[in-house]
Amino acid sequence: MAQQFPALIIVIPLLAALLTAPIGAINRRLCYPWLVFIIGVTLVLALGLMIQIINSGPISYAMGGWKPPWGIEYKIDQLNALMMVLISGAGFLGALYSGPSFTKELPGRQTAATALYFLMITGLLGIVVTGDLFNIFVFLEIASLSGYGLIACGSEDAPLATFRYIIMGTIGASCYLLGVGYLYISTGSLNLADLHHLLPPLYHSRVVLTAAALMLVGISLKMALFPLHAWLPEAYFEAPSTVSGVVAPLYTKVGGYLMIRIIYNLFEPKFFIETFPITTILSWTAIIALLIGSIYAIAQKDLKKMLCYSVIAQVGYIVLGIALANQAGFTSAILTIVNEVCTKSCIFLATGAIIYRLGNSRIDNLQHLYRRMPWTMLAFTIGAFSMVGIPPTCGFFSKLYLLCGCVAAGRWAFIAALLLSTILNVIYFFRVIKAACFENPQPDYSRSEAYPLVEVDEVPLAMLLPILLAASAIIITGLGSNWLVTNIITPILPLGF
Amino acid sequence: MLEFIISKYNFWLYVILMMIGLYAMLAKRNLVKKLIGMNIFQTAIILFYVSIGVKKGSVHVPIIVDSHGHGAQLIHAADYLNPLPHVLMLTAIVVSIATTGVALAVLILIYRRYQTLNEDEIIHIRQARQKAGV
Repeated sequence: MAQQFPALIIVIPLLAALLTAPIGAINRRLCYPWLVFIIGVTLVLALGLMIQIINSGPISYAMGGWKPPWGIEYKIDQLNALMMVLISGAGFLGALYSGPSFTKELPGRQTAATALYFLMITGLLGIVVTGDLFNIFVFLEIASLSGYGLIACGSEDAPLATFRYIIMGTIGASCYLLGVGYLYISTGSLNLADLHHLLPPLYHSRVVLTAAALMLVGISLKMALFPLHAWLPEAYFEAPSTVSGVVAPLYTKVGGYLMIRIIYNLFEPKFFIETFPITTILSWTAIIALLIGSIYAIAQKDLKKMLCYSVIAQVGYIVLGIALANQAGFTSAILTIVNEVCTKSCIFLATGAIIYRLGNSRIDNLQHLYRRMPWTMLAFTIGAFSMVGIPPTCGFFSKLYLLCGCVAAGRWAFIAALLLSTILNVIYFFRVIKAACFENPQPDYSRSEAYPLVEVDEVPLAMLLPILLAASAIIITGLGSNWLVTNIITPILPLGF
Repeated sequence: MLEFIISKYNFWLYVILMMIGLYAMLAKRNLVKKLIGMNIFQTAIILFYVSIGVKKGSVHVPIIVDSHGHGAQLIHAADYLNPLPHVLMLTAIVVSIATTGVALAVLILIYRRYQTLNEDEIIHIRQARQKAGV
């Protein structure tokens, strides 16, 4: 049984998506427990795989019994297992949250939204579980297509934002596919591990170089790396709360995972240093991304829109860690992915809770929120601390490793940019905390109602629980970051640094 | 030069098609035309994959005639087209159809909200709404 986990983790949510229609036809209210149950099972499978891999090393699973490199290989090492736990974990929190949120925002459409939710989790898990380049494309499109569908359910202007996302997302996926085709022409293989051995003699071929460029551009479009980010803020802003609470933490981070695989496991960093300085270009783009993202975030008047720009800034941190091509940089890229999934899930779900109660998320509307929704705002504050990088949250450790990586690479300009972006982070998050905590609409100190009595008015427990769980995950991953580094990241550090 | 173009004509054709698609996606203001551009873009890549299955001197499509265990003829791989890119493209065609379907459904939603599919007009309507909202 346990050796079938890699296939089951894909098959179970895929079949569940198909079964959602009959279940929803019996009673629409059954969809919610069904979603929570299946995603819970997926989470248990992912944790089981993670324990198995930490104890006994990477697994290779031949899909349908066809041996690699001819068949599709599901290859799971520590990084895949970590990504699977993160995806199913954030998916589980979103599933818990979806009950009251879908009922309020998508009345009558819960069945369809639940089915799409299953497909989205299937696609995301598929991207990280498979070791076959074409299979990655198929799962990438499954995840994207279900994401388009879910985002289009959102507010008034959501369809237009979705259409722009579809166009950009399809260009990205097509570029990736074309790159895979070029690699297939020059080697005749699609298996990632096989290609890693076949490619080194061909490093000076122009076809391979074109393939690398096409694949990296395609993935950069999918993960909204500056300057290919224009589709992201609007699409995530218009999405329903649950959807943005799952899409925002996961999609760009899975793109980061793919970039790690392409640069370190498909090619070697040596290839990029010897032939074409893609890592240098990427690191400068990342620096611009994290500054521009933060500056745009400061300019926003709406909390959710501000967070969308913060996603773009965080993509910069991940790509910078990858592109530094040294041990500390690599570690920081993975820690940033972990931190981002926990933090963005916490902050976006908390923002969804604010929208659930207030109707919108304009920053000047947030007065007295600390007394009205104390638990939500507590979680939001922990998330904001992690974004800024205050210990003991995970954000502190990821930034620490990133700074160490910059020092090791001797890039002093990057250190200045990182510190500047941290200050910008402080400005845009503490502005929200100030509005919610210290601002009074009409300060009238002469009367006793200067601080009017605000009743506690929290969201339903099903929404509050995932927010608090995500907030505690931020602290736990921060305190356990040493465990993460020794057990997960050190075994997969690529050779040759 | 001419020989260079003719000997690699499949690549030239797919690049030209792809650029037509890209131009339509970037420059056209009508959303349906953008979608058509996207389809041309995807089709170009599908044709590229199909064309790389061809080998010099291979004439047969890969159907194995007599392979029921004993008495099977020895198969010369060089006589057959490479079937793998074609099989991959069956999946890619499904993906592209699904994308088109989702995009068309989204376009119907857009038309219901704004009564137009021209991007300039939609932006105009949204700006007017924002002003009225403030």
